Amino acid sequence: MPRLPLRNNGRGAQDPGKTMTRLLSYLSPYRWTLVLVLICILVSSVATVAGSKSLEYVVDDYIRPLLDMEEADFGPLFRFLCGMAAIFAAGIVSAFFYNYLMVKVAQGVQRDIRDKLFSNMQQLPIRYFDTHTHGDIMSRYTNDIDTLRQMISQAIPQCIASVVTIVTVFVTMLVSSLTLTAVAVVALLAILVATKKLTGISGRFFVGQQDALGEVNGYIEEMINGQKVIKVFCHEEAANAGFDKLNETLFRNAYRANMYSGMMGPVNNNLGYVQYALVAVVGAWLITQGGSLGVGALMSFLLLTRSLNQPISQVSNQVNAIVMAIAGAERIFDLMDEPPEEDHGYVTLVNAKRQADGSLAECPEHTGLWAWKHPHKAEGTVTYTELQGDITMFNVDFAYEPGKPVLHDVTLYAKPGQKVAFVGATGAGKTTITNLINRFYDIADGKIRYDNININKIKKPDLRRSLGMVLQDTNLFTGTVMDNIRYGNLEATDEQCIQAAKLANAHEFIVRLPQGYDTMLTGNGASLSQGQRQLLSIARAAVADPPVMILDEATSSIDTRTEALVQRGMDALMEGRTTFVIAHRLSTVRNADCIMVLDHGRIIERGTHQDLIAKKGTYYQLYTGAFELE
Amino acid sequence: MIKTLARSIREYKYYAILAPFMMIGEVAMEVLIPTLMAGFMDSGVKNLDMPFVLRQGGLLLLCALASLGFGLLSASFATKAAAGFAKNLRQDMFHKVQTYSFANIDKFSPSSIVTRLTTDVSNLQMAFQVMIRMTIRCCVMLVLALIMAVRISPRLCLIYCVVMPLLAFGLFFVIGLVRKIFDRVFKTYDQLNNVVQENLHGIRVVKSFVREEREKEKFTSVSASIFKDFVKAEHILAFNNPMMQTAAYTCMLLISWFGAQLVLASGDNAALGLTTGQLSSMFTYTQQVLGSLMMMSMVFVMITMSRAGGRRAVEILTETPDLDSPADPVTTVADGSVDFEGVSFRYSQKAKRDALERVDLHIDSGMTVGILGGTGSSKSTLVQLIPRLYDATQGVVKVGGVDVRRYDLKTLRDQVAMVLQKNVLFSGTIAENLRWGNPDATDEELMHVCRLACADEFIQRFPDGYNTHIEQGGTNVSGGQKQRLCIARALLKKPKILILDDSTSAVDTATDAKIRQAFREEIPDTTKIIIAQRVSSVEHADLILVLDAGRIVAQGNHQSLLESSEIYREVYQSQKKGGGEDAQTTLAQ
Repeated sequence: MPRLPLRNNGRGAQDPGKTMTRLLSYLSPYRWTLVLVLICILVSSVATVAGSKSLEYVVDDYIRPLLDMEEADFGPLFRFLCGMAAIFAAGIVSAFFYNYLMVKVAQGVQRDIRDKLFSNMQQLPIRYFDTHTHGDIMSRYTNDIDTLRQMISQAIPQCIASVVTIVTVFVTMLVSSLTLTAVAVVALLAILVATKKLTGISGRFFVGQQDALGEVNGYIEEMINGQKVIKVFCHEEAANAGFDKLNETLFRNAYRANMYSGMMGPVNNNLGYVQYALVAVVGAWLITQGGSLGVGALMSFLLLTRSLNQPISQVSNQVNAIVMAIAGAERIFDLMDEPPEEDHGYVTLVNAKRQADGSLAECPEHTGLWAWKHPHKAEGTVTYTELQGDITMFNVDFAYEPGKPVLHDVTLYAKPGQKVAFVGATGAGKTTITNLINRFYDIADGKIRYDNININKIKKPDLRRSLGMVLQDTNLFTGTVMDNIRYGNLEATDEQCIQAAKLANAHEFIVRLPQGYDTMLTGNGASLSQGQRQLLSIARAAVADPPVMILDEATSSIDTRTEALVQRGMDALMEGRTTFVIAHRLSTVRNADCIMVLDHGRIIERGTHQDLIAKKGTYYQLYTGAFELE
Repeated sequence: MIKTLARSIREYKYYAILAPFMMIGEVAMEVLIPTLMAGFMDSGVKNLDMPFVLRQGGLLLLCALASLGFGLLSASFATKAAAGFAKNLRQDMFHKVQTYSFANIDKFSPSSIVTRLTTDVSNLQMAFQVMIRMTIRCCVMLVLALIMAVRISPRLCLIYCVVMPLLAFGLFFVIGLVRKIFDRVFKTYDQLNNVVQENLHGIRVVKSFVREEREKEKFTSVSASIFKDFVKAEHILAFNNPMMQTAAYTCMLLISWFGAQLVLASGDNAALGLTTGQLSSMFTYTQQVLGSLMMMSMVFVMITMSRAGGRRAVEILTETPDLDSPADPVTTVADGSVDFEGVSFRYSQKAKRDALERVDLHIDSGMTVGILGGTGSSKSTLVQLIPRLYDATQGVVKVGGVDVRRYDLKTLRDQVAMVLQKNVLFSGTIAENLRWGNPDATDEELMHVCRLACADEFIQRFPDGYNTHIEQGGTNVSGGQKQRLCIARALLKKPKILILDDSTSAVDTATDAKIRQAFREEIPDTTKIIIAQRVSSVEHADLILVLDAGRIVAQGNHQSLLESSEIYREVYQSQKKGGGEDAQTTLAQ
């Protein structure tokens, strides 16, 4: 698969040793396979060296003597060739096995890391997702894991094979002649220096290329998404000019980066020939000086020189891949090491039934009656409290970032079945309050009680199960309409889902879809209108049937008829439940039992619609449209 | 496809042609070197003929340097050609998109255009570079090495005739098998990314419904199917290398065996036949021949894989913009009157029904016109015909008494300013964004239009005022602020006709009224066409159009429509009963 070198966010590995060790720990389940692989690599490398060694012997020791014989005896040659064939066969078989075995290791490790990454990510607090861009997180699943795979499946085995070859060859060379080895090593150093230099230069331009590519892609994205505006303003020329400038910069960097890395091959290759010539000349001179070196030895030494260079340039090519993969691994581990969402809760939500004496008892089957199971460690007793949906907040303070408080001293009461509406400007803290109730974030000070239980004591999954959510931005998942509704309650039957859709006013449009409830939705329900998506998300919350609802009304303008449908759906959902609603519609507010007007994280007015209108304060001004909520 | 893409090579043509030539030079040297070495060994080193060793050594050095030179040049030319090709292709595509009409743009989703311009072009660049470097290298190497081998011993080359086709068949067979699996894997990869993406976007939904476990299951099952397919594909690929080795070693052994007999026959005399030195060279040429065959098969995979990207890029380049300025255009717009004469419109020939059906309409210059109607009633479609963003399928649209198709497009669109429903601000300062309307506008003019659009006040409150930086997509201003900036930007054109397509939906009613008042007082001669969901936004208009399913079902002023149009009355009532003196709808941004 053709790929440009991957982006590394401009930083190298912080602690390569540690990262490498950790990576190796992922290999440990495969250790026996790896031992086998290692053996195969050894056999294959030795076979390769032995094979090329024996090719010299064929000529010198088996073919040339034939010439001097009276009667040519092909027997020794035949036997030798059979031996060679055996060595080759061993090499081929072991090469096949290590390639074959390595596939499972490389893919397995990749899968293990990928699955672990995702499953860890599910445990992260919302704060993490709010403070990291999706693109950044995504790239760990795509780019980083892919570089990792390449390293494990290609770079590492190749390096091992190369190192084995290098050692074997080098030892043989040392044994043959120290002087010539020195000459060869000097030339080799020159090659390495040249390679390093080229890698350095091209690396610099690769960074430049990545930056320029990022800029060009960003520009394309922005312009293409605003293409219609460009047309309306006849801005095509300016858009082209801006593009050409960035494109030119990208070209210059891309050209240089690829050029320098493209030069590596010819440089390695041809300096190898230079090295060869040097060794040959020096070797021949040594022989004429009457040293211990023989002609045959020189010839085999020359061949060894050639076989030394190839693995070395292979290793140097792989080093880059390894460095990049380690940087990628580090980014993956960074995400894995994020502390998961803490949960010290021990109060759980259970099915309950009322006993003859009016007290509650736990039962396995679904009764429609829920209770909080509250174990008291000190006394060793368990109490059951009926789930009603009574929520209170006392003097709650909260800050997303230390020193920048968002909520001050918020106190509120919501009795079971009551509707509480939050009204206020963007940034007044409406959404923040709802984030605290379901513990997406934890409060800094104060208390939140749910059916008179401190919500910190409630297990988060149980707490959230008891709270329904309809968010402003509807998020649907790839799957059928039915799947999407059932997301609210995995045990719901088709009938229950349809019932929920009817409650949410969604049934009517769903049955008109081409495949009704079995219509596939993709791309966040791209085939549906905004209003229809909202209706589905209401149905999804309805099927969960929680006693408490948190609604964030959408602000986007949908046409009056759909809006009326959404409105009625929301109203039906709120019926008989404690509801917190971030209100954008006056009709919602007017029907609320209590309206909280928020300003800069404080509740500045509270009361019913009539109360607040009579008060002629901030709410009155908002309501009459005297100023805007910005 | 190739032809269309090749057009983007342009000024890099010479590099693209020279690169293979340099490559031929490099390969020729590489093929020559084994022969030189054979001579070097046979005659020089063996006989310890020092002057000969030095001469041959020098020659070898020269060849190596020449080969290095050729290699560097070919690398440089090839990368320049490939990077240049990518640059031009990207530019051609981007410029092409700029010529698209709305209808063309609708055919592609923005994200697909972006992928074509980015990922696809990058892959094509890679493929092109590989093509002019590797493909040529393999072919030349194969041919030259074969020639050399044949020159040494045609009879030994018969071995190649048996082994090579077998290897080629094997390699291409493996690749054929694997390609299908890889195609599938890449699709599954998209699925995996989709799961992660949806999970990230919907993380609040996941957490509030406590569906983490289910998400994990979804992910692991896709992840497992990638694992399965990849393992399958790579297990097949694992045959490649051993196959290559088997072929190479078989050749070696056969050449040794038959070579020995030939050497024996010639008595190691070059004049009579094969020598031992030549036999050694044969081994090298065997490696080169088979190696280039293997490389070719890999290049083949790469090129077939980039075919899809090439096709996608060509789609952008060959799309014909479906409207353009006429040959002899009208370059002035007389006034802001608008006429629709029997206008019908459908978005594409395949569309089931007309989006607009036989619309007749006259708007006087300077009038304020309101348009109401439900989703899908084609309000936006109607107004988009005025600045000729689309061409009417039937009938004539006139501006200032002249058919819009006769105007120069720029003239028309400068005089008919439109604020789109899905509006966009670009990264840059507020002033830069506003100047899209008129690059030469003075600061005073900017402030003036912003006062008209009720934007001046909030802009002044920003620490950097008009130099406040707008993030990409305008994410750092609220919806209402964004809409007002967009209105100001359109006003800066000083148009004869101003169209607002639901452009004040996020603005509160009071500000909305103020903007309308400013329009009335400050630009009375401009024709104003306003699409709105709120009756309050249009009730004071001179003319109100009620659209339903692509037809104008009622028109008149507020009073007359209350009496005559049921739909209008219904909408009015539903909004009225909402609240105080001024309809229901939005409380906030």
